[in-house]
Amino acid sequence: MRWIGLACSVVVAAALLWAAGSPASPAPAVDRVTVTFKDDISTLDPAIGYDWQNWSIIKSIFDGLMDYEPGTTQLVPHLAESYQVSSDGRTYTFRLRRGVKFHNGREVTAQDFKYSLERVLNPKTQSPGAGFFLGIAGAVAFQKGQAKEVSGLQAVDRYTLRVTLEKPNAAFLHTMALNFSHVVPREEVERAGADFGHKPVGTGAFRLREWVLGQRVVLERNRDYFIQGQPRVDEIVFLVGVDPNVALLRLQRGEVDILGDGIPPARFAGILQDPRWRKQVEVGDQLHTGYVTLHVRTRPLNDVRVRRALNMAVNKERIVRIINNRAVPAVQILPPLMPGHDRSYRGYAYNPDAARRLLAEAGYPNGFSTVLYANNTDPNPRIAQAIQQDLARVGVRAELRTLAQSTVIEAGGKGQAPLVWSGGMAWIADYPDPNNFYWPILSCASAAPGGWNWAWYCNRTLERMAQEADSLVQPGQERQRAERYRQIYRRIMQDAPWIPIFHEKRYTMHSARVGGKKGIFTDPVHIPVHYDEVRVLR
Amino acid sequence: MIRYLAGRLAQSCVVLVGVSLLTFLLLYVLPADPARMVAGRSANPDVVAAIRRELGLDRPLPERYAHYVSRLLRGDLGRSYVQKVDVADLVGSRLGATAQLMAAGIVFELLLGLPAGIAAAVRRGSAVDRLVMVAAFAGASAPQFAVGLLLLYVLSFRFGWFPLGGYGTWQHVVLPAVTLGLAGGGWYARVMRSALVEVLDQDYVRTGRAKGLTPRRVLFRHALQNALIPVVSMVGLDVGTFMGGVVVVESVFGWPGIGQLAWQAIQMVDVPVILGVVLTSALAILAGNLLADLCYPFLDPRVRYG
Repeated sequence: MRWIGLACSVVVAAALLWAAGSPASPAPAVDRVTVTFKDDISTLDPAIGYDWQNWSIIKSIFDGLMDYEPGTTQLVPHLAESYQVSSDGRTYTFRLRRGVKFHNGREVTAQDFKYSLERVLNPKTQSPGAGFFLGIAGAVAFQKGQAKEVSGLQAVDRYTLRVTLEKPNAAFLHTMALNFSHVVPREEVERAGADFGHKPVGTGAFRLREWVLGQRVVLERNRDYFIQGQPRVDEIVFLVGVDPNVALLRLQRGEVDILGDGIPPARFAGILQDPRWRKQVEVGDQLHTGYVTLHVRTRPLNDVRVRRALNMAVNKERIVRIINNRAVPAVQILPPLMPGHDRSYRGYAYNPDAARRLLAEAGYPNGFSTVLYANNTDPNPRIAQAIQQDLARVGVRAELRTLAQSTVIEAGGKGQAPLVWSGGMAWIADYPDPNNFYWPILSCASAAPGGWNWAWYCNRTLERMAQEADSLVQPGQERQRAERYRQIYRRIMQDAPWIPIFHEKRYTMHSARVGGKKGIFTDPVHIPVHYDEVRVLR
Repeated sequence: MIRYLAGRLAQSCVVLVGVSLLTFLLLYVLPADPARMVAGRSANPDVVAAIRRELGLDRPLPERYAHYVSRLLRGDLGRSYVQKVDVADLVGSRLGATAQLMAAGIVFELLLGLPAGIAAAVRRGSAVDRLVMVAAFAGASAPQFAVGLLLLYVLSFRFGWFPLGGYGTWQHVVLPAVTLGLAGGGWYARVMRSALVEVLDQDYVRTGRAKGLTPRRVLFRHALQNALIPVVSMVGLDVGTFMGGVVVVESVFGWPGIGQLAWQAIQMVDVPVILGVVLTSALAILAGNLLADLCYPFLDPRVRYG
């Protein structure tokens, strides 16, 4: 037994000597920003990642041909130096920046963009973004395995990429700013295989340094980044598994810098009323509308008078108060930041009496029974209850089904849900263009089993109008196109397939030691924070 | 002994197959489609169908289960639909932290529960007994979420004695373990008390006292050893349940354990991860029970496995 004690003493002594002997190296001044999240970061593969948490992290590791001015919805060339649109609006020619390098040191060429887009379209990749690029000529044939390459993607020379579309699409340039079209190096994708999402190599302002599953992801500065002066810090640490309440305490103690999940609802009012903390909270608009879908193919919701009555029955001001005024009441489909938002449109004013009269006119003087589906995470059940109470006031008895997100999505996509509250379904626009609220959730094309048009609304006239509006692609036609979409959305509101409820605002709390340009903490595209622009204040 | 062990292991295999089959069936009758969760909302039906094919979800259920089991036998738990990494890596990366919290939690349960239970049994009916029982009841019924946040707020935020959640040093494990210990300790105190009260009334204890042994020797050498049997079964159960993850404590303290992983996987219908976690915890529960059973002969010579 004695030798154990001896061995222990030796080990302890050695450790002490080593600790005393190692020089106290002066810590190099590293500008580090720490962000907290509750959930794991799922993947950093730009072809796969599609949640609000990894969206802007991916944007900091990868780049696309286009991007947005930080903090705004202003689209600008990014890895493209310039671009040209053909007169028929079907061909885009991008001139690439020269000398942009991947994190492995290789220069980016036009071929890399072709590879990256074909990778997204390849079913083997299982990319949730494939649908955005099916309008590229030959994409559908490639996706179905009928062609070896996408004919509409051509690397004309080392620095020129030509993209040909099946038909003009005014939102095409926005899709070239989506994460799904960000450029990846083929050799690294092939080396990492299916693990590329955990070993990302891009061109972005940051490169991955360390990923400890379930604990943290650390990004470090890309010294060769093509934009001078970016990023503005040396390191970003994403801590995962941090409860939002604890994250707030840690921020108040100066241990972390940004609350990735936002301010916990229970502490929200207190923080905003405390002058010490209020100035560390940034508020901004986002491209969001919360709405209730009304299944237009089921009785009695197939009667437009009933749908209009329901629109008048819901007190949106009260619902906004329920969520601590974190939103503005909605009277239309498009959020205020979106081109095509109609400032003069008033919508259906809250008026339970008028709603009852309209219901009586439609043959339901005593109302009717229906079912309202909603997500079961806070605050959605509370919002759904408020809607239920409002409907009850005009005689409509809505049974509440609060369920897991996946179950609600399934019910909506199968057409089993008369009413669905959209909150908690991750519905936020992909890009700041009005057609992003039409094609995926209100078009005839999306009114299909497994789709996201849970109102099952389909208006052929509007479908044609939207197609026409999307062919207005030339510079200078933006105004005309926004006006077309204003008309389309006004007509949709006449048909009332939705009850728009509110447009959410984003509240981001950060430590006093970090700052940056206006709007980067509530960036409408780099959600929730534009990490490349965050700086440590001196 | 060997025969007993072999029998128990065979039983465990049957249980594991049953658990995997049941979980598999339950997950596939859920009204939620993993392919649609992967595909996201910009996907048209063709894309969803392609993803469903890639995930193998278009195959009939028995075929999918057979495929899963055949890979399982080769030690392959499959790949996460959402995170796109091996489930074994995801589970493995969290086992260390889970085991650490399990061990520390049980230590605190015993530290709090056993002395309290013994004191209450020895002074049955006294003020000490009543106090212990009320405290045990409070500890066992207080919501862990509130207790954890309270401990964090007072001891970490106000006094700065412990880190504000996270994982790494021994300081990190104290508060989550105390939170588990407060809840579990209450149960242990009650079980310890009732077991000891029963033993103290038995003839051999009276004999011991009659032949002049000190009360201390009677209690610790003779009575306690027998009364510990139910406590050992509880420890065995706790080994299993804690290894399956303690979702609430893990999320309050940011502890990277299996419970967090399970919770996230359930939200996203990440079927391979859910199956992996369920199988891991089933295995842990079986192992915990087996360990407890193997301990009995040491405490009570009358127990013997032929």
